[in-house]
Amino acid sequence: MTEHRIIGKPRRKIDALAKTTGAAQYADDIILPRMAFARLLRSMHAHAVIKWIDVEPALQLPGVLAVITGPDLPIPFGVLPKNQDETAMAIGRVRYIGEPVAAVAAVDEATAERACELIRVEYESLEPILSIDDAIAAEAESIHAWTRRPNAHKTIALEFGDIAAAFAQADHIREDTFFYEGSNHVALEQHAAVAQFDPDGKLTLWSGTQVPHYLHQGLSNVLEIPSSRVRVIVPAVGGGFGGKSEPFGFEFCVAELSRRTGRPVKISLTREEVYYTHRGRHPAKMWIKTGVRADGTLTGLELRMFLDGGAFSSFGIATAYYAGSLLPLTYKLPAYKYDGIRVFTNKPPCGPKRGHGAPQPRFAWEIQLDKIGEDLGIDPIELRRRNLIEPYSTTLNSLRVSSCGLRECLDKVAAASGWQKRCNSLPPGKGLGVAASAYLSGTGTTMWHPELPHSGAHVQLDRAGGVTVFCGSAEIGQGSDQLLAAIVAEELGLNPEDVHVVAGDTGLTPIDLGSYSSRVTFMSGNAVLEATGKLREKLFAVAADVLEVPPDQLAVDEYKIFDTIDTSIAMSYLDAVVRAEARFGTLGATGSYFPPQLGGNYRGAVIGTSPAYSYSACVAEVSCDLESGSVTVDKMWVAHDCGRALNPVLVEGQMQGCAYMGLGEALMEAQVFDSRGLHLAPSLLEYQLPTSLETPEIDTLVVESIDEEGPYGAKEAGEGPENPIVPAISNAVYQATGIRFDDIPLHAHKVHAALSRKRNKPERPIAIPDYKFPEPERPSVREFWGERQ
Amino acid sequence: MTSDSVVKLSVNGLEQQVLCPPQETLLETLRERLRLTGTKHGCELGECGACTVLVNGRPVLSCLVLTAAAQQRDILTIESVAHNGRPHPIQSAIADAGAAQCGYCIPGIVLTTKALLDINSSPTRTEIREAIAGNICRCTGYVKTVDAIEMAAAKLRDGAVN
Repeated sequence: MTEHRIIGKPRRKIDALAKTTGAAQYADDIILPRMAFARLLRSMHAHAVIKWIDVEPALQLPGVLAVITGPDLPIPFGVLPKNQDETAMAIGRVRYIGEPVAAVAAVDEATAERACELIRVEYESLEPILSIDDAIAAEAESIHAWTRRPNAHKTIALEFGDIAAAFAQADHIREDTFFYEGSNHVALEQHAAVAQFDPDGKLTLWSGTQVPHYLHQGLSNVLEIPSSRVRVIVPAVGGGFGGKSEPFGFEFCVAELSRRTGRPVKISLTREEVYYTHRGRHPAKMWIKTGVRADGTLTGLELRMFLDGGAFSSFGIATAYYAGSLLPLTYKLPAYKYDGIRVFTNKPPCGPKRGHGAPQPRFAWEIQLDKIGEDLGIDPIELRRRNLIEPYSTTLNSLRVSSCGLRECLDKVAAASGWQKRCNSLPPGKGLGVAASAYLSGTGTTMWHPELPHSGAHVQLDRAGGVTVFCGSAEIGQGSDQLLAAIVAEELGLNPEDVHVVAGDTGLTPIDLGSYSSRVTFMSGNAVLEATGKLREKLFAVAADVLEVPPDQLAVDEYKIFDTIDTSIAMSYLDAVVRAEARFGTLGATGSYFPPQLGGNYRGAVIGTSPAYSYSACVAEVSCDLESGSVTVDKMWVAHDCGRALNPVLVEGQMQGCAYMGLGEALMEAQVFDSRGLHLAPSLLEYQLPTSLETPEIDTLVVESIDEEGPYGAKEAGEGPENPIVPAISNAVYQATGIRFDDIPLHAHKVHAALSRKRNKPERPIAIPDYKFPEPERPSVREFWGERQ
Repeated sequence: MTSDSVVKLSVNGLEQQVLCPPQETLLETLRERLRLTGTKHGCELGECGACTVLVNGRPVLSCLVLTAAAQQRDILTIESVAHNGRPHPIQSAIADAGAAQCGYCIPGIVLTTKALLDINSSPTRTEIREAIAGNICRCTGYVKTVDAIEMAAAKLRDGAVN
């Protein structure tokens, strides 16, 4: 393994001091001359026809500059090319409480808010559909007219291998049902955006977005402005986690209001509005059936998945696939039948939240495997060990597995937690639980142009020692700016602090698809590596002439280019840059990343593909107060195969953040509604989430499988580690209480009720809708690995 | 229609007067009128701690304080923690420990930490967690935050200054 100076070492991020001094500028910190302020009027009905809207009273209010409603921005949009079913504001019909209906720009926010209150809307209320069961009932009304079966957004039916034979061969079969509650990302920064048109009619939009490129496309389409006259700039972003990874109505509204008023317009959502904007975790009902032989090895898996998608499509097609496709990544599975459906309901739309559709089935299966282990008298970690997938293999749903450190992850959490000794010898009220998982390092397919690069980067050097890297990636706190600087610094022998980073600016940076799907380290990293490599070649070409040493014998480090055989033969980096600029002209190079052609031969096969998968395992230790039902997570050990930790501090931070977020979902967080479709807890006072007091110490165990295709061997770390957390906690609660919880969150009153019931009567399983899925597609495996030593 | 009135404030050691309506909060005054945007909003109702400032050295949720009630008190915001451009040891520790991911909670964390270390120079990890329990962070899981505050406490005990 090559020793690196920057890569692989802990290092302070280049933007850390800006953040600790309050200097970092987030969208709502932007103040422009003559800036006006926008507020949205939102629907009070979960499902209604809009009979008419009267904005005249608002227009009459002094200080109001413009008012727009749905028909002013009629071109629909959506983050996926299919099912573009949203408009900036509702047109004709509202489909969830909180859906934007009108937008006002005024001289200050209070006036804009007052103006919204003056707008009169006449609704004809319709019956809201608020549950999966009600949505897919045969006689249900359709929330979107285009669905072929009531409220069925996306239905998937796939069978890999022979599932009937798999269960016939099994010595033991379990069927269980599970429910995973929906939750919001609760990024600490609420969404905000500022729009400004210059006198030439060019639009600049600053927005705390994860996806400047998709937003740019959306703005061009919806506002009918040529794409070359739009610029999206990503300021500092106060967290995303998938909640800011698509274009939103409010962004189109501020742009349109800016166009109409001729002034910059800012909007900043309240926390309550963030709960309505949502795009969070899909509530999921799951029925899962697993067959094993007497030794615990798997024969087959059957999963029926019901996702509550809320009122619009968002990333929903992808979610529906992810909710099935990633399960076979961890264990050798001979047969798999997946029936999945995402349904529309009259609630804020669900979307990608850290893990995007993978945590729910992982929760179900990792708990069921625990139950199977218990049924067969096999330790849960041993059971998983007997089934582990091999590196450089292909799953039965044609996912190409390359590097895989799952075995080491399990070994590490077992050792660190003292699993062997402690597992079944803890006192009542205390328990350990384990789970394993896998995740993508960036989706292997783009949604819009599969033939084009997923990431582009440009690096330039100049005679004054300036080094600048340009990339369309979005820094959302994960450290992507640091990544760009660190790679350039490593490859050119510099310090990251001397590298200018220009990121997330569609007027300046090459297109990068954005910070979602955990793609940036792998894909943007590779693009930057390619660009920097081209410049390095030019520097080495001139250095080779000056030093009279072949280029492949040269290295660059600490601002010097030198002969690796005799390091005293050297020249300064800057001297080489000047000579290269003299020989080649102005120095700049571009790099791109194209993933390999992946995916099996069936509909949706590309969703779930990735150039590399990360692997994770967690052991959680919990205490449960057997009188009150209150559950405390005392400790979590999280192991994560990230390929290579390019900056261990950042990787650990992601692992800890994932564990924290999983803990929140397991014990506290719930996006829930009353019978009118009204959010019951749209504030940080009512929506429970963990503080420093509820979050324990989290031990991070980094595993490095050194992926051959990742930059320096790196894979993702931003989402994968969340996947095993919730099932590990549930499994631990079982050890602590003797009660299986097949749903979350584990609020004290629910645990208490179950503890009481156990003393009285058995628990009720979760009811799964009786839904007829279509006949499955039955594809064969597409192998990726030929002869491999 | 309420009328604006003059409020005299002492912010970061500077006496200034603002003209604002009686219902304006200190957070709004700091961000919108004084353009001190380092102090953040996160929840509008005093639950997240992103709006934390120090008033007479103690942490206060500026979204719950009326500007008019903040007269005759010394208000310290994140902008003045660094001294003459040099980061405070608390800020360096947070940067070095990797405790700032998205950074949005950090101004509140810095000020809460300053208030803690001003009265307790050797807090235990538990005492640190209690002190920052009013500062929500969604990125870090608080682990490196507590590490950073321990580091900062040690540096300050060793006599570190900006």
